[in-house]
Amino acid sequence: MSKYSMHLLVCGGTGCHAAESDAIVCNLRDELEAKGLNETVQVILTGCFGFCEKGPIVKVMPDNTFYVQVKPEDAQTIVEEHIIKGRKVTSLLYRDPKTKEPVADSKHMGFFKKQMRIALRNCGFINPENIDEYIARDGYAALGKVLSEMTPDEVIKLVKDSGQRGRGGAGFSTGLKWELARRNVSDEKYVVCNADEGDPGAFMDRSVLEGDPHSILEAMAICGYSIGASNGLIYIRAEYPLAIQRLKTAIKQAKEYGLLGNDIFGTGFNFDITLKYGAGAFVCGEETALIHSMEGLRGEPTLKPPFPAESGYRGKPTNVNNVETYASIPAIILKGAAWFSSIGTEKSKGTKVFALAGKINNVGLIEVPMGTTLREVIFEIGGGIRNGKKFKGVQTGGPSGGCLTEKHLDTPIDFDNLIAAGSMMGSGAMIVLDEDDCMVSMAKYFLEFTVEESCGKCAPCRIGNKRLHELLGQICEGKGVLSDLDRLKNMSLVIKDTALCGLGQTSPNPVLSMLDNFRDEFIAHITHKKCPAGQCRSLLEYIVNAENCVGCTACARVCPVNAISGMRKEIHKIDSAICIKCGACMEKCKFDAIYIS
Amino acid sequence: MSKISSLADLRKKREELQAGMDIRIRALNPENIVQVKVAMATCGIASGSKTIMEFFLEQLDRRNIEGVVTQTGCMGYCYAEPTIEVKLPGQDPVVFGFVDLKRADQIIEKYIKTGELVDGIIPVNYQTIDLKE
Repeated sequence: MSKYSMHLLVCGGTGCHAAESDAIVCNLRDELEAKGLNETVQVILTGCFGFCEKGPIVKVMPDNTFYVQVKPEDAQTIVEEHIIKGRKVTSLLYRDPKTKEPVADSKHMGFFKKQMRIALRNCGFINPENIDEYIARDGYAALGKVLSEMTPDEVIKLVKDSGQRGRGGAGFSTGLKWELARRNVSDEKYVVCNADEGDPGAFMDRSVLEGDPHSILEAMAICGYSIGASNGLIYIRAEYPLAIQRLKTAIKQAKEYGLLGNDIFGTGFNFDITLKYGAGAFVCGEETALIHSMEGLRGEPTLKPPFPAESGYRGKPTNVNNVETYASIPAIILKGAAWFSSIGTEKSKGTKVFALAGKINNVGLIEVPMGTTLREVIFEIGGGIRNGKKFKGVQTGGPSGGCLTEKHLDTPIDFDNLIAAGSMMGSGAMIVLDEDDCMVSMAKYFLEFTVEESCGKCAPCRIGNKRLHELLGQICEGKGVLSDLDRLKNMSLVIKDTALCGLGQTSPNPVLSMLDNFRDEFIAHITHKKCPAGQCRSLLEYIVNAENCVGCTACARVCPVNAISGMRKEIHKIDSAICIKCGACMEKCKFDAIYIS
Repeated sequence: MSKISSLADLRKKREELQAGMDIRIRALNPENIVQVKVAMATCGIASGSKTIMEFFLEQLDRRNIEGVVTQTGCMGYCYAEPTIEVKLPGQDPVVFGFVDLKRADQIIEKYIKTGELVDGIIPVNYQTIDLKE
C-alpha cells in the first residue's frame, strides 16, 4: 500500500523533455530526499499534458495545481513553499491571458474546461514507462474482455456500432475496415499501426505514443483477434526517438506480463508486435506506400483496389489504422458502442484530437467532442490570437486541407462539415493565421511541401504541383497576370481528378481554398503589385520618412548593396531598383525614419 | 515479473495497483468526494497539523472513505490551530478548529460519515472573491 500523500506529475513529452524536464524530476527528487519527504511525495514523469505552449509543466495531485514554464532550479521553491508550507507558488502558476491573474488549478483553466479526453485519457496522467500504471487505469481489461467473453464478430459489430471513423484523415469506418480484413481468408494476416505522422503542425500521434504506448499495443491486439491476425507492425518514423524508445519499453513489459506473445490470458490467442522504421517521407502515410516501404520497396503508392484488406503486407490481408484511431479502441470496448456514439455529431462520433499551432496563444494538444465549433477551439480553448492580432484563417488538414475563415467560425467541426467548407479533417493539425500572414505565400508554402514530398510516380502530382508552385511564386514576386488565377484553378482541378493517390488528389486543396476565400489578396498581388500582409519581399518598398531622418548615415553604412544615398545631416534616399529588401537599414535606424510601403 | 494468465488475474492485479494511483484518480473529480484541507502554515505545523494530516490520510483509507486530503496555507485562525476545512460533496465547506486526534476521529465518524456536526466549528465570517468569471 502506498503511503504517498502527494504526486508530482512532470511532463516528459518531447517538448518538455527538450526543455529539461528530466532535470526537473532529478531536482525535485533530490530536494524531497533532502527534506525527508521522499516517502510522502512521489515524482512521476508522464506523457504530454497538451499545454506545450507553457512547458515544462509540473502538476501537483491531488489539488490539481498546474505549474507552467518550470525551470530545474524552481524545484526547491516548489518543495519548500507548496509541499512544506502548503502555499502555491504564484509566480509559477498559469496566468489567464485576459485578466493576467494566476489560475489556482487546472480545473479552472479555459484550456481544459471544454476538453473531453478519450484518446488522450492517460497522457499526462500515467507514467508511460510503467505498465502497472496503465493496468491500474483499466489497461488491458478491454483485451481481456474481448478474448475471454466476445467473438471476433461481436467485437467488429461493437466497433462498427460505435460509429468511429479513422482518425488518419480520410474518415473511413473503423469497424467496416476490420470487417473487410476479417472476411478475406488467408493463412496469415497483419495489423498495422500507421505512426507516420507527417502533416506540418501535427503531433498528436507522437504524443499518444509517448504518453500512452500501451493503449496502442492493446488496441492492435484487439484488432488482431477480430480480423484473425497474430502479427502487428508499427510503422513509425525514425525521427520520433522518444516515442520509439517508449514503445520498445512498453512491448518488453507487455511481453513480460504475457499480455503480448503466446497464449494471451490463457485463451490460446497469440499476438506479437514489431516496429518498422520509416525515413520520414510524407507519402508513406498513404497506406499502400506505407506497406511498400515496410516491405523494403520504394515508398510509392499503388492503385486501389486491391485494398490492403485483400492484399497488403507481403500480399496478405492487412488492416492499417492510425495511432489515434487505435488509442480510442480500448475505451470503446469497455464503455460500449452506445457511449461512444452518444458523443459527437450525427455522422462523426466521439472526440477528435487537434494540434493547435501558429498564431494562437495556447499552442498545444487538445481533444474535444466532434461538433465543437472552431470558435470554441480557437478562442476559448486556444485562448485567442497572439498579441491581440486579428484572426484571419485556420488551415485544417495540413497540406491536404484548406483554409477556413471568419465565416466558418461557428461551423461545428466534423468530417463532413469540414469537407463541405472546402477543407478536411486530416490528421487534426490546425495552423492558425493572423492578419500578418499572406495567403498567397501560405498556399505557396504548402505546395512547396507537397512538391518536396511527391514521390514522382504520377505526372499530375509530379509536374502539376511544380507548375502550381511556380505560378504562385510569380504572383508573390509581382510577376503574375490575372489569367493566372484561372490557370491555377483549372490545373488544381485536373490534379485532383487525375493524381494516383491521396497525396496528389488533395495537394491542390490549399490553393483552391485560398483562391475561394482570399481572391482579393491574389488580385492585390497581381494588379496592384502589393502584398496586403506585408510578407512578400519582392513587393515591399523601403522608404525614408523625411520628417524623422536626421542624416546620421547609419543606414547607408549598413546597406549591403549601397542602395542608400545621402550626405551627412541630409535626408537619405533608398533606390528601390537596387534595394534587395533585406531590412537591415530599418533595423539599424534609431529614429524610426524607415518604413515599409 | 509474474505473468498475467487470465482476465481474473488482471482484475486482481488492477485492484492491487489502483491504490497507488488513487491520489491521481480521485483528483480527476474531487467535487464528488470528501475533500479535507489541512492548514499547514507555520502556526498550524507548530500546533501539530502534520499529525492531523497523516491521521486523515491514513484513517480515510482505513475506514474506506473516498476522499482527498490536501494541505493549504494559513486560514487566518491561528488561535484555533490546527484547523481543517471539510467539504462534503454538494455542500458548503465547514471549518473546524482546535483539531486534535480525538476531534479528528469525531469529524470522520460523525460529520464525514453521517453529516452530523461536531464541536469546534469556526463560522466563516468573510467572503472570498473568486478571480474567475
